[in-house]
Parts: sequence; structure tokens; C-alpha cells
Amino acid sequence: MAIQYDIEVDARGLQCPMPIVNARKTFQELQSGQTLRVLATDPGSVNDFKGWANMVADAELLAQETTEIDGKTVYVHYIRKK
Amino acid sequence: MVIANGHAAVEERTIPELGALHAQVQQLQAQVDALRAQAPENRLSMVVFSGDLDRVLAAFVIASGAAASGMETSMFFTFWGLTALRRRRESKGKTLLQKLMGWMTPVGSRGLGVSKMNFGGVGAKMLRAMMRQQGAPQIEEMMQLTRDLGVRIVACQMSMDVMGIRQDELIEGVEVGGVATFLGDATKSKTTLFI
Repeated sequence: MAIQYDIEVDARGLQCPMPIVNARKTFQELQSGQTLRVLATDPGSVNDFKGWANMVADAELLAQETTEIDGKTVYVHYIRKK
Repeated sequence: MVIANGHAAVEERTIPELGALHAQVQQLQAQVDALRAQAPENRLSMVVFSGDLDRVLAAFVIASGAAASGMETSMFFTFWGLTALRRRRESKGKTLLQKLMGWMTPVGSRGLGVSKMNFGGVGAKMLRAMMRQQGAPQIEEMMQLTRDLGVRIVACQMSMDVMGIRQDELIEGVEVGGVATFLGDATKSKTTLFI
């Protein structure tokens, strides 16, 4: 269940397109094989990260899960750099 | 007879065939190269014609999303869209009509109205307040973001001339170009938009 990750981007409370914009900045700094975890409260981020991973050649969407943090629904995305 | 000449017979038959194959491969290579030159790149080109806050905002959201997804992105601002790029109003050296146009149109994103229910700017203020409440970025932040992400911003020379807008009245970092500048990018693009 618990997926290992190297860096986390907290995009909670941010609206489209900020979650992918912020994820992009950190993703660029990743080494090949490293995994990024993104926290978002924007429900659109679920489809956004699917689309984003399709467009970015070296990104692989490992998993997406929905969880609850501080009483708020949080969408968690795991993206690995190929 | 067949066995004795077997080797020679094969060679005689193969060499002309190899030559034909070689020619065919070259032809195919040329075709592949031609196709590759025409193939669209991972690129987005858009025309921003509108000077409405909501539409220009949509343009910047799409542009920053595309750039964040690794697309080469270009935005061409023309006619009313140019008003979003203005940073000051200058009347010197302009015709009467150009001066009037300058006074009647907004200076920069802060002066833009919404496309519906603007009510003299109240609608625009309302939209901005609603976006703030939802934590959505304002258009000024989106504009800065697109610059940081390396989006190419081009102002249309022809509409600048007609409206009497000079490059020194526009924000920094804006290129000036014509229709061929847009088409040069658009023909290489997977996606083109007119907003």
C-alpha cells in the first residue's frame, strides 16, 4: 500500500493548473528512477495527472489514491521519472 | 550442372536484386525524411484575439498547462488581445483616432472586463473575488507563470500599427511579429487555438 517516494509536492488548496505546474518544477529536478508524490485537493487533478503523464515522455504515473487528511479529501499522485 | 554452377547462379541473381532493394530503401528513406519534416511537434500555438478577462485567463491557463506538460507554447496577441499586454498609455505621435482608441481600451490585464455581465467593470471585480475565494490564481500570476515556463509571447505588428500601440507601451519580453510568425509556429503544432 505504502508507495516509496523521494520528494513530495504539496499542492493542497491550489486550483488548476497549479498542481501540474508545481509538479513539473520538482519533477524536472528528479533523477531517473526517483518518484514524486503530489498531494492535491483539486478533484480535477486525478484526470490532470493522467493526461500530464501521457504528455511528458519520461513520466510514469505509478498510482493515484484518495485519502483524508485533516478532514479534507486529498488526491495523492505518485509519478516516477523513467 | 546445377550443383556445379549453384554458387555463381545465386550471386548473379542476387546482385541485381540487391541493387533494386537498395534503390527502394533509399526511396523509402527519402519519404520518411519528408514525412518527418511535416510531422507536428509537441507544440501549441494560439491566437489571443479577445481582450475579455475570462477569455484571456483561459488562454493563460491553457498555455501554462501546456508548457508545464513539456509543450513548446506560443501565444499570438492581436486586436483586443493586445490590450492585455499594455503597460502604459502614450498619446504622443498618434492620430486622433489612435489616441481615442488608446483612451477607450484597457491598459493591461487589470483593466480587462469580463465577456458577460461586466456592468462597467463590476463583473470583472466579482470574478476576481470569486477566484480568490477558491484559491484560483489571478491572471497576473498566470501571466508571470507563462513567462517563467518559457512561453513565447508575440504581439501582432499589424494590429499594433492600426491601433497605434508601440512596443514600448507593451510589457517587457514581448516579441513583435506578423501572420507568418504565427503560421510558422502553427504549422508545426499539434494543437492550435483561437481565443
